[in-house]
Amino acid sequence: MTLLEIKNLSKIYHGKNGAKVQALSDVSLDIAAGEVVGVVGESGCGKSTLGRSLLRLIEPSGGQVLFEGQDIVPLKKSALKPMRRDLQIIFQDPFGSLNPRHKVGKVIGEPLEVHGIGTKQQRQEKVRELLDLVGLPQNAIDRHPHEFSGGQRQRIAIARALALDPKLIVADEAVSALDVSIQSQIINLIAKLQKQLNISILFISHDLSVIRHVSDRIAIMYLGRIVEMGETEEVMQNPQHPYTQSLLSAIPRVGEKRARTVLAGEVPDPANPPSGCAFHTRCPKVMDVCKQTRPELKAQTQGAVACHLFPQ
Amino acid sequence: MTQSPLLTIDDLWIDVGSRPVIEGVSLSIKPGEMLGLVGESGCGKSVTALSIMRLLAEPPMHIRQGAIHYDGQDILAMSNLELEQLRGNQIAMIFQEPMTSLNPVFTIGDQIAEVVLLHKTSDRAKAARRAVELLDRVGIPAPEKAAQKFPHEMSGGQRQRAMIAIALACDPQLLIADEPTTALDVTVQAQILELIEDLRGEMGMAVLLITHDLGVVSQYCGRVAVMYGGRVVEEAPADELFTNPRHRYTEALLRTIPAANPPGVELPAIPGTVPPPGARPNGCAFHPRCSFCLDICTEEMPELTGDDHHRLRCWNAA
Ligand SMILES: Nc1ncnc2c1ncn2[C@@H]1O[C@H](COP(=O)(O)OP(=O)(O)OP(=O)(O)O)[C@@H](O)[C@H]1O
Ligand SMILES: Nc1ncnc2c1ncn2[C@@H]1O[C@H](COP(=O)(O)OP(=O)(O)O)[C@@H](O)[C@H]1O
Ligand code: SF4
Ligand code: SF4
Ligand SMILES: [Mg+2]
Ligand SMILES: [Mg+2]
Repeated sequence: MTLLEIKNLSKIYHGKNGAKVQALSDVSLDIAAGEVVGVVGESGCGKSTLGRSLLRLIEPSGGQVLFEGQDIVPLKKSALKPMRRDLQIIFQDPFGSLNPRHKVGKVIGEPLEVHGIGTKQQRQEKVRELLDLVGLPQNAIDRHPHEFSGGQRQRIAIARALALDPKLIVADEAVSALDVSIQSQIINLIAKLQKQLNISILFISHDLSVIRHVSDRIAIMYLGRIVEMGETEEVMQNPQHPYTQSLLSAIPRVGEKRARTVLAGEVPDPANPPSGCAFHTRCPKVMDVCKQTRPELKAQTQGAVACHLFPQ
Repeated sequence: MTQSPLLTIDDLWIDVGSRPVIEGVSLSIKPGEMLGLVGESGCGKSVTALSIMRLLAEPPMHIRQGAIHYDGQDILAMSNLELEQLRGNQIAMIFQEPMTSLNPVFTIGDQIAEVVLLHKTSDRAKAARRAVELLDRVGIPAPEKAAQKFPHEMSGGQRQRAMIAIALACDPQLLIADEPTTALDVTVQAQILELIEDLRGEMGMAVLLITHDLGVVSQYCGRVAVMYGGRVVEEAPADELFTNPRHRYTEALLRTIPAANPPGVELPAIPGTVPPPGARPNGCAFHPRCSFCLDICTEEMPELTGDDHHRLRCWNAA
């Protein structure tokens, strides 16, 4: 069953001196109940913009976000509030997103308070359950976030996100700032809770090996667009789009020979994107048509690909 | 054939205030080799690197004990003038965030020329030409134009290339690269690592590559030293270390990375957290997290075992 359906979502940021940045163009994506969809791409490709605009933490410039069939883009703030219970987000830097003056009990219980759920005692009870759930000690309740390590703070952020029993969580680089040994603890925790509570997750990361580990399906983004989408293992084992192929070969893996072909150049400035296929300035397989015409994301025998090498 | 090392660090101890940060690090780098220094944050990689350049913030940092020799010279006994010579002509360093080490008010070309003028020539025009050559060498397109740019006008990858150009300006014999690609995208990371590897091969420069990324080390380094809790716990040729890790921490670290596990399965996690300086346990600093811990591990620092080829400090090695 489709829980969330994103249709042609776009976001234009208006910078100073009238500069326009098209951070997100025509992104369509759906997430089934209990599904984990990974979004991967290099810095600035629009991952966070996607995560935030689908929650309306920033206002999309166009498109629809259907949550359980209802478009939340045109909703007024007041109509949006009940929706917020179902849609939560976890950020990369838990320090930045947790109020340093509040005790952990308050930080985790705050969403319950805001939504007027339960009595004070019931909320306390729920907070205690949540602490257990994410593997924090009960005495954390009376301590401050800064007394905790990065991994533990991420547990606090996860407990807070779970307080309202959401149906969908956007995890934006939720494990990216953590050390390897802590990262695997948090990945395990997220995966366990996801299964136990049957939550859908939009898992955003620049790290393909993390994305591969947790996601049922993945979307690869380049300069504000999805360029390839499909079942995780299919894409990883048989990447179709030239960008996905380059991205995969650039990841240094333990025990593997390094890639001989290194992608030249860098991601172009999104304020001034290349014509046609935005990847054409770096693509090893570029053709004339690529410079003029933008390829659409089209379903293929495997997943969907936006590239002129495939039937358009 | 054994070659005498270019750099040796011998039983180095460094404190921050009264807390030990580096607890007996020994390392050596041979000419032309790329040594990887890996470990999770706070284990002392950067402090070790800065001590080689004598760039530690002293105080609060304080070198309590040990020796660092570069090409036979005792770095810890050098005068400020000698250190300047060393930093300018022998050893160069690049960091994770080039923006902090580039001067925002001078063009990239001027900043490179500055270094050339300091160490190589007194001819300004020559220095400016050399700056353009260096920018070209590190793969910056349209180097003449790039030389006129200010740091903020460049992308992260280009700034890192510019930093490398500055580092190369004095033809260093040793390049210390502290997380040089951590802030970069993977495709740009691959470019920068290839560049460093090319330069190593071409100029016979030794490289100390500091990173927390085991994949990077596996693909680029000949030898690897793994740090934990202010100590080198295991050191071996990269192939050997990754196929046959012997220290229980190295073994656990390699097992826990997502790429080493089939999708979806629970990762073999390492419990607990990295202890900060001042809170490191007695004996082997890893013992509270180690599933192979013996009684002795909680009491005594493991002795150095193995041979020159593969050495480690673990009471219950694999
Ligand atoms: N508030 C803003 N105003 C103007 N431009 C913005 C704003 N936020 C983001 N952008 C631009 O939009 C583009 C997409 O940004 P976004 O943060 O979504 O990327 P991302 O994929 O999350 O990158 P990262 O991996 O670095 O987190 C970038 O070019 C960015 O500079
Ligand atoms: N200038 C400083 N003053 C005080 N403590 C420091 C300083 N620099 C580093 N430390 C501490 O020393 C320890 C090792 O740091 P560092 O070498 O930077 O670790 P890493 O392995 O992540 O590079 C850390 O706990 C850090 O907080
Ligand atoms: S459309 Fe052309 S330039 Fe774009 S990825 Fe495909 S082949 Fe490369
Ligand atoms: S010395 Fe003991 S505690 Fe430390 S890694 Fe080896 S077995 Fe584990
Ligand atoms: Mg982001
Ligand atoms: Mg460091």
